Order: sequence, then structure tokens, then C-alpha cells
Amino acid sequence: MSTPDPAPAHRPPTPRTSSTLPQEAEAFYVAPNWKLVWWRFKRHRLALVSAVLLGFIALVALVPDFFSTQDPHASSKTESFIPVQRLHLFDQGRFRPFVYGVVGQRNPRTLRMEWVIDPEVKIPVRFFARGYEYKILGLIPFDRHLIGVEFPGDEGKIHLLGTDRLGRDQWSRLMHGTQVSLSIGLVAVFLSIFLGILMGGISGYYGGVVDLVIQRLIEILQSLPPIPIWMALTAAMPRDWSVEQVYFAITVILSLIGWTTLGREVRGRFLSLREEDFVVAARLSGCSEMRIIFRHMLPAFMSHIIAASTLAIPVMIINETFLSFLGLGLRPPAISWGVLLQEAQNLQSIALAPWLLLPGLAVIVTVLALNILGDGLRDAADPYR
Amino acid sequence: MSNDPAPLLVVRDLKTYFFLDEGTVRAVDGVDFAVHPGQVVGIVGESGCGKSVTVKSVMRLVQRPGRLVAGTIRFRPSSQSAQRWPLAPDGTLDLAALDPQGPIMRAIRGGEIALIPQEPMAAFSPVHTIGNQIVEAIRLHQDVDRQTAWEWGVERLAEVGIPSPAQRMRAYSWELSGGLRQRAMIAMALACGPRLLIADEPTTAIDVTTQAQILTLLRALQEQHNMAIIFITHDLGVIAQIADHVVVMYLGRVMEAGPVEEIFLRPQHPYTRALLRSIPSIHTPSRTLLPTIQGSIPHPFNRPAGCPFHPRCGDFVPGLCDRNTPEPVPVSPTQTVSCHLYTGELHGEPIPDRSSPA
Amino acid sequence: MDPGVFMARYIAQRLLLLPLLLFIFSIFAFVIIQAPPGDFLTAYIAELSASGSSMDQAQIEALRRLYGLDQPLHIQYLRWVGRILRGDLGFSLDWQRPNAELISERLLLTVLLGLFTFTFTWALAIPIGILSATRQYSFLDYFFTVFNYIGVATPTFMTALVLMWLAFKYLGISVTGLFSAEYVDAPWSWGRVVDLLKHIWLPAVILGMDGTARLARVMRANLLDELHKPYVEMARAKGLSEWRLVLKYPVRLALNPLVSTIGWYLPLLFSGSVIVATVLNLPTIGPMLLRALTNQDMFLAGAIVLIYCALAILGTLISDILLAWLDPRIRMEGS
Repeated sequence: MSTPDPAPAHRPPTPRTSSTLPQEAEAFYVAPNWKLVWWRFKRHRLALVSAVLLGFIALVALVPDFFSTQDPHASSKTESFIPVQRLHLFDQGRFRPFVYGVVGQRNPRTLRMEWVIDPEVKIPVRFFARGYEYKILGLIPFDRHLIGVEFPGDEGKIHLLGTDRLGRDQWSRLMHGTQVSLSIGLVAVFLSIFLGILMGGISGYYGGVVDLVIQRLIEILQSLPPIPIWMALTAAMPRDWSVEQVYFAITVILSLIGWTTLGREVRGRFLSLREEDFVVAARLSGCSEMRIIFRHMLPAFMSHIIAASTLAIPVMIINETFLSFLGLGLRPPAISWGVLLQEAQNLQSIALAPWLLLPGLAVIVTVLALNILGDGLRDAADPYR
Repeated sequence: MSNDPAPLLVVRDLKTYFFLDEGTVRAVDGVDFAVHPGQVVGIVGESGCGKSVTVKSVMRLVQRPGRLVAGTIRFRPSSQSAQRWPLAPDGTLDLAALDPQGPIMRAIRGGEIALIPQEPMAAFSPVHTIGNQIVEAIRLHQDVDRQTAWEWGVERLAEVGIPSPAQRMRAYSWELSGGLRQRAMIAMALACGPRLLIADEPTTAIDVTTQAQILTLLRALQEQHNMAIIFITHDLGVIAQIADHVVVMYLGRVMEAGPVEEIFLRPQHPYTRALLRSIPSIHTPSRTLLPTIQGSIPHPFNRPAGCPFHPRCGDFVPGLCDRNTPEPVPVSPTQTVSCHLYTGELHGEPIPDRSSPA
Repeated sequence: MDPGVFMARYIAQRLLLLPLLLFIFSIFAFVIIQAPPGDFLTAYIAELSASGSSMDQAQIEALRRLYGLDQPLHIQYLRWVGRILRGDLGFSLDWQRPNAELISERLLLTVLLGLFTFTFTWALAIPIGILSATRQYSFLDYFFTVFNYIGVATPTFMTALVLMWLAFKYLGISVTGLFSAEYVDAPWSWGRVVDLLKHIWLPAVILGMDGTARLARVMRANLLDELHKPYVEMARAKGLSEWRLVLKYPVRLALNPLVSTIGWYLPLLFSGSVIVATVLNLPTIGPMLLRALTNQDMFLAGAIVLIYCALAILGTLISDILLAWLDPRIRMEGS
């Protein structure tokens, strides 16, 4: 039987004799799988941009203090709801970064302090400025920050994203929230991958009764309405748990339901791979089951797992944000994107301080970038789907 | 038969290219052939030589990123409605100049030129009954009500030898065996009495015994309805069985064309000869290696200059074959060859056939 | 055999699974009720003492017996299930009203909002998916791709908050609730229905945005897969016009996997509205669940979770039956 004769447009270049091939085509045929994936991925510009952006966000998550301007927990009753002080890089055509100062006036009717931008006052700003002391990764003491006032002192505080009800600096809180939200997403996905590969692998590899039981379990878990279940589970956490305990519990709760999608994916791959010629060949040549799984089958769908996991992270992030936003997830003093957005829960707060919505942009940008990256990876891993 | 003065279809200098990000694939690059009424023309060639794209171009079914870039496809329609079409004085219509989605082209597809596809399994919709799809084909081209169309469909199914046709009309394609499915496909193609039937490797996906039945059926139907068939295959044995006239293609070009006897008994092009040599025969002594064509088809983006076959040709003339593309030249009143051995650019006699097949 | 018989048998098979699923989910809901440390009575007593009044030990014991809290867990579970089967969902200490009454008041609006959003989502997403797939790489395709990405990336409560703020800032209106002030507690009337329709579209749009984006993306991908299948080319070779053939064949096949998404999407709409409903202050059961969970009114919370589970099962059932009805291949497998 010879292959059919499809239109060339849909035909991937198939290996022919090497003698007639130009150099780059030759390289193409002998390249290992990961290299092929990388080549295809590189052509997806937007995914590449997303990867760079996410690299930057990950850096923020690693050393949030470096990117902060102030201690995220420091509150000041007198400095609540200060509006956004936009960073200006050029002053009269010369590179001299500054922000405008703010002046507070007490509203005679509500007796509330109201802050307005004062274009008369320019607070000079510099990069790599000295500020409060912190430890990089909890180890190395450091006191430099990406942005800071040139002359430290009470007069010169800057609030790039304004302040909240308690006068805490939103920009610094956002940086710290990035660490928590991103890491919850990552850890929850890792747990899901672990559970998914374990259960999906067992299910797909052994088949039979084991497969049936696991599949029914997945079906039941998937037919549960996730949001009420998450809400109920998180609400069941004891109130007196520490921030770390709550953090851990939330990742576990998120991944308990999240693994089912990955589990299905892994099982499907396992089932189709089990019948593949190269696996049969490996078995016939006497490979042990472990070797078949880890040397032959796992590499064949590693790229799919990575792509699927990348797409699962944003789901976890959004879910954490939901829960914390509703007050069921992380609770202050923990800082996460959801906790930050909790400040903007009602119309009165937003009407008074619209900048409280800005942390939502961080959620959108991160989730967007992760989705684009995941799609790019998936297309690169599996171009014919 | 092939000397009929009024051919049904004349394809001249047909070029269909695929414009991909990686480059342009010249899938069909200057193909000429003609089909006369009632004639079976076999197009033969290896995978990827442009056979399918050629016939898809004729039916104007080539989709983006493919495009028909040059050539004429003169077709002689016969239906009543053809009176209203912008025919040339000789009664033909250039399909290449028509809008592929336009009403004329749509009337021709299915009505005048019908297709039997490669995979009958995938060519039927799995969620519509066979009857539904046949009735649709009939009612697209004939002004009849649903009931009549259904009855015609049953008749067609009976004609192609499907047992209990009335029941099969209500079946889904995946409920039929491969052979029956292809018969149903043929019934659907014949539903509107086309003048030209294009069979795109119709027997490739079917086992050998069923294959022979389908070929016999096609031949019988062809004689009964006096229609012409373009039969695409890579199997020379099938060609010998069914075709009157043979077109040998390689890399989007016609290498050699002529009546089936001449091609098989007096092949002139080195490629045709090589192809024929690679067929096992009962006269071949046992335990001898079957000759193969050296090398393999070049990468689609990397077409050789000059004659596309020269890198694999035993009679390759350096400086000529790799520079100039040979044009078709007649070697007999009915046979043409595109090869520099015959173009006269090489002085003297054509190199004699060294190993003619038995 | 007749297709009708297949369908009947298939539906019967599915219906047989229902009690099993409900049983599992009821255990689940019960676990939720039991999960918080202490029981709801402790929470209630704590609340009472916080507000100044107190109960003596005998009163507490009487209450414990009344609610069966002195019994072992499995007995408590059986009693709870037994009460539910008789239509008694318990009593809310927080609201001081029967749970069944509280839920039924809001269930209609919840389901209505879900169905409204669902219709809106499908009506928008399917044409968008078809257009993007058939005009791949066109301006429209890119436009919808961008819209889809942003739609999926934006948490629904963000959309709700931003729209709420914009409406307040530029139109000076507060778009919360499902009714105008004069209809909030009014009995059902024609005027109330009209008033509801005036308010329900905004929550529906907000709720449906993310779903529309997802659905359109799935539709586009499915259709792109189908558009290059041989049966499409065959339909073209029969002389069918492009639009008719796209709508009859590939769209039809691309819709099949979408139908199975109803199974999770519809329940998700019912339950997912929790957050949007909280932000927009809608009288649906979502915010009631949140309040029940925060106030440890666990029998109400358990009842609501059970209702959500039942809605989810119902959604799955509807989608399974629809799918079997649409796809003859599944019908055959099921028999």
C-alpha cells in the first residue's frame, strides 16, 4: 500500500534520502523532538513575547521587595485613598524621573481626607534607590529597590498605584501579591500534574477495572459544580489557621478538582501510545515496563503535558482570585491578587478610589500571557491537531 | 475512439501552485491532456506527483493556499442549461476562467463532472444517512421532489449492485462495508448522469478482491452510460485493466502520454520504462532483485531545474537535462513524450531501449 | 432496530445512574455540613452570647436532641437524607426561616439567569466561531481571537466591577439587583417581568462573556478540524454552494462536541454566577451560599450545594440525551 496523494499544503515534510537534501532540511530530519517543538514555537511571535513578559513577572514573584517602593504591610490612617502618582521619565526634555506630589484637603461635608495631585510639587525619583531593608529569597540582606525617591523622608513617599482604605501602598502590595498568586497557581498545578499523571497513567496503562474505577471517579468529580464546592471546602477551613496553613490548604483544594482534566489527557495519550509501533517494538525487544514508560512513552507526550499545564495555571490563578475576592480564600494579612481586589468589592469603594481595580489588570495580563504561551506550546507540540 | 474529433475535455498548460510560508510548491506545473467522450484516461504516477491536484484543478476544488495560476480547461457541457452559459464558438467552456464558487461551476460539479473520492469512509458524512446525501446530490441538479429523488436513489443503489437498496438508503456510511461504501459513492456520483467521472484512486483503500469487482463495475457502468472516466492510480496493473489512454506524471508534469498498448509495449520515456521495469512479472526468474528507480522524489520545495526526472534518470545528459525543461514531442501519431532524447536537441538517434520489459 | 428504541433505552440507562450520583453528592453535601469544627449550634450559641443573650445548658441539650446532634454521624446523615426526601431541607438559624422557602424563592431567578445567559452565549458564540473558522486569518478572525483571549482572561467579577463603575461614573446609575426598587418585594406581575427583563441583560452579558469567548474558540477549532475533511470536499464536488455545505456538514459535526459542553457549562452558569451575583447584589442563591458559608449556617449551605449538584446532574443528563439524539454513532454505541 502506498500513501495517498494529499494536497502538499497539508503534508508535513517527510524524510527522504539525505543525499538530495539541502543542509537545513537535513538538520530538520535528524533533530530531536524537543528541538522541533522549539523551532515551531519560535515562529509563534506572540507566544514568545508572552514568555518574556512572564519571565519578568516571575522575577517580580521571586524578589517582590526589590520592585516594591514601601513595606506592603505598613498602613497609615492619614494616608488612605491617595490617587495614582504616575511616573514621569522626562522633565522638560531631559531624563529626570519624577512624580507629582499630592496634597490632602479635608472634605468639609464628609470630613474625609481627600487627596489631589499637586502639579506644583515634583518629587524626584531614581532607579536602584536605597529604601527599606529586606532579604533576597530570605537570605541575602539588601536595601536597594528598582524605583525609589531620591531623598528618602516622609515628604517624599510615592504611590505608583495609589493607596487603599488603610493607606497601604498598592504598588508594593501588588508586587507581593504577585508572589503569592503566581506561586499558588504553580504549586496547585504541580500537585494537579502529579495527581493527573499518577491517576491517568495508572488508568491508561493498566486499563480494565482500575481504569473503570478511576474514570468514574473523574466523571463524578467533574460533574461537581466546582465553584460552590471550592467555596464550601475553603469555608470549612478553621478560622485560626495561620497564613501558611491556609495557603497550603487552598493549593490542595484547587488541585483536588483540577487534576481531573490533566488525568483524562494523560490517560488518552497513554491509551493511544500503548498501541504505537515504537512501544510495541520496545516491549518485543524486552524492555522492562518501567523503561517503556519512562524512556519511551513519557518523552513522547511530555510536550503535551507541559502545554496542558501551562494552560491550567491561569485557571488556578483565577480561581484563587475568586475565592480570596469572596473572602473565603486567603485572608489578610496575607496578600494576593484576590485579597487586593477584595478592597474593590463594592460600588462605594470603586466610586471613591477607582485605582483599587488596577490589580485586576495584573490578573488579566498574567492570565492572558499564560494562555497565549500555553496555546503556542500546544501548537508547537502538536501541530496537526 | 480516441480520434473522436470533439474531445470532452482539453487541459492545456495547467499550473496549480501552493503558496506556503516556507515557499511555493508547484504541485502541477504545465500539464496537458485530453479526454474524449466514452474514453477512460488513466493518470499514473508516484505519490505526490500532482495527480490528485490535477483533477481537483479541473473540478476547481483546489483550496487556499493552493491556486490555479495558469492554463485552460476546455470542457464541452451537454446539459440543457448549458445553452445559457457563455460557451465558446466551438461549444466548449473554459473552466479555468470560471468563478470556482459560481453557479455555472456548481452546476458542472456533480451534474456534468462527478467525483469518486479516495476514501469512501471519510467522504460520506457520518451523521447523515446515505439516502439523505444521495437525494441532496440529485435535487441539486434535477428539478424533482424529495419522493422521486429518493426512488431514483434506490434505483442507483440497485444499479451499482447493492443488495436491499431501499434499506441501505436509511443506513449511515459507517454501517456499510468498505466495498459497499465505495459502491454507494459511485451511485451518488452517477446520480445525475455526468458526462465525465473522475475517480481519484477509488480502489486504494479497498482490499484486492473487492477492488477487482469495483473496477469491473466501473467499466460496465462506463459502457452503459457512455461516459468518460479519468482514473487516477499509482498502480500500473489497475491502469492496464481499465484505461484506454494513459498519462504518466512525474513531479507535476506529464512525462509520457499515449494509448495503453503503446505505453505498456513501447514505453519511450526513461521514467515510464523504469516504472514498468519495477513491476514483478511471472517471467521474472525467482530470487532476483526487482529493479527499483534509484533515488527518491525530491523535496517539494526543492524541485530540480530542467527535466524534473534528471537526478534519477539513467540516461541523464549533463548540461542539457538539468538546464532545459523538455516539451512534449510526438513519437507516434498517438503518443507524446517529454524527454530530451526525443526533442532533437540531442543530435543523432534516440538511445535504444536497453532493457525492454517482456 | 428502530432509532426510537435505541434512544429510549439510552435515556433509561442514563436515568438509572441518577440515584447513584445523587447518593454520592448527598454524602458530599453532608461532609460539607459537618466539616467546620464544632457544629452549627456552637456557632449559633457563640453568636447569641456575643449579642448579649445566653442559653442555659439544659436548653442547649434540648436543642442538640432536637437536631439529632447527639447521634452518631451515619444516623445524622440518614435522618438528614430522610428529611430531604420528604421535602424538608431544614431550618436556617441565620435567616430564621425554613431553607426550602429561602431557596425556592431564589431558585427561579437563578435558573432564569442561567438559561438567559446560556441562550445569549450560544447565540453569539456559534456565529462567531463559524465566521472565524471559515474566514481564517481574516480581520474578523483576528478581531474575535483578541476578543476571545481577553474574554477568557478577565475574571467575571472584574467585568462586573468595571461595568458597574463605568455605569455609575458616566451614566450615574447603579446597576445592581435584578429589579427596580418598587418591584423588589412585589408579587409577580406583568410589570415585574418587564422590569426583570430590563435588569437581567447586564448580569447575563457579564456572566456570558467568558463563556462566549471559550465557546467561540472551541467552535472555531472544531470547525477548522472539520473543514478539511474529505466529506466537505465531496459535498463541494456535488455542486453544493459554499454556505449551504458548510452549514449542513462541518458545522453540524463541529456542533456535536459542543453539545457535550452543555453538560458542564449550564451547571457552571448556575453555580458560577455566585461571584457576579455577589458583586451585583442579585437575588439568586449564589450570594445566599456565600452568606451561609460565612455565617456557618451549614444546613442551608449543604442544601444549596445539593441543589447545585442536582442542577449539574440535570445539565449532564440533558447534554447526553441531546448528543445521542444528534449523533447516530453514539446512539449505536449506547445500545
